[in-house]
Amino acid sequence: MVLHTLNQAPANAACMASALNTITSEDTLLLIEDGVYWTLPAFASQLANLTGRLVALEADLKARDLKADAVESVDDAGFVALCVSHDKVVSWF
Amino acid sequence: MSTEGILVMTRSAPYGSSAARDALDVALTCSVFEQPVTLLFLDDGVFQLLKGQSPSVIGQKNLNAVQQSLPLYDIKRLCVSTSSLEQRGLRQDELILPVELVDDAALPALLAQHRHVLSI
Amino acid sequence: MATEKIAGQEIAFDDEGYLEELSLWTPEVAEYLASREGIILTEAHWEILYLLRDFYSRYEHSPAMRPLVKAVKQTLGDDKGRSIYLMQLFPGSPAKVGARLAGLPKPDNCL
Repeated sequence: MVLHTLNQAPANAACMASALNTITSEDTLLLIEDGVYWTLPAFASQLANLTGRLVALEADLKARDLKADAVESVDDAGFVALCVSHDKVVSWF
Repeated sequence: MSTEGILVMTRSAPYGSSAARDALDVALTCSVFEQPVTLLFLDDGVFQLLKGQSPSVIGQKNLNAVQQSLPLYDIKRLCVSTSSLEQRGLRQDELILPVELVDDAALPALLAQHRHVLSI
Repeated sequence: MATEKIAGQEIAFDDEGYLEELSLWTPEVAEYLASREGIILTEAHWEILYLLRDFYSRYEHSPAMRPLVKAVKQTLGDDKGRSIYLMQLFPGSPAKVGARLAGLPKPDNCL
């Protein structure tokens, strides 16, 4: 079980593509910073292959006026809980 | 599956930033602390391994020099993404050191094999 | 930083005694630095110092202890490629003291 964090906006599609290559169905992808723009419906098709759980950081969504109702969000305590509940954290930036 | 050691994952091209050099320095330091290290060259990181680099013309130290010392630090496992090479039109014989080619399908297992994964 | 006149040449050292300008190294500089460490350089020392200089010119950095031992083992054989042997020649930290006497920068990855 790996927690993947990704902080790059959709313009950096290669970063997401590489992350998706390594994410298994047991893993979680947490979108942070500009990575939260991936929650926009316009990019949903590019995330269609994601087999693991998708989560976005609440503060980064709010800061950018993103609603992302369809995506699970966590606060900072939730971020910490995810770090603890996974074997390791891999950052994509 | 047993997990041990550190996977240093490097995805940046050399010389545009200090990332490539930092990844090497981390790997060498891990070795000095006798931690098993694997290097994974992914995406633009594969450019770090091209063997004919001459960065002195832009005032930088040659990564190839340090890379060739990796066996002396007992860092023997250098993994390179097959698809990253292919996407960039590179061949294995253009690389400075012998490497282990890793298909996309094998990447999750490679991450799982290591206790820590450090992206640089 | 301090400067010393060695064999007619002004040589600058940093606070830890490493050469400021690597190209100014001469065997006389090594003799001078060794005497400050209380070491009398013998053939056994010189072969390590030249091995260190060769390592630096090839790999562009000063080795930490582990790769130094390995390089000595590969070049000079198993008897010399041991940390105890290098400790006897360059007491304290062979990688650091050796690099200093060989006119190289301080090793980055040294404990």
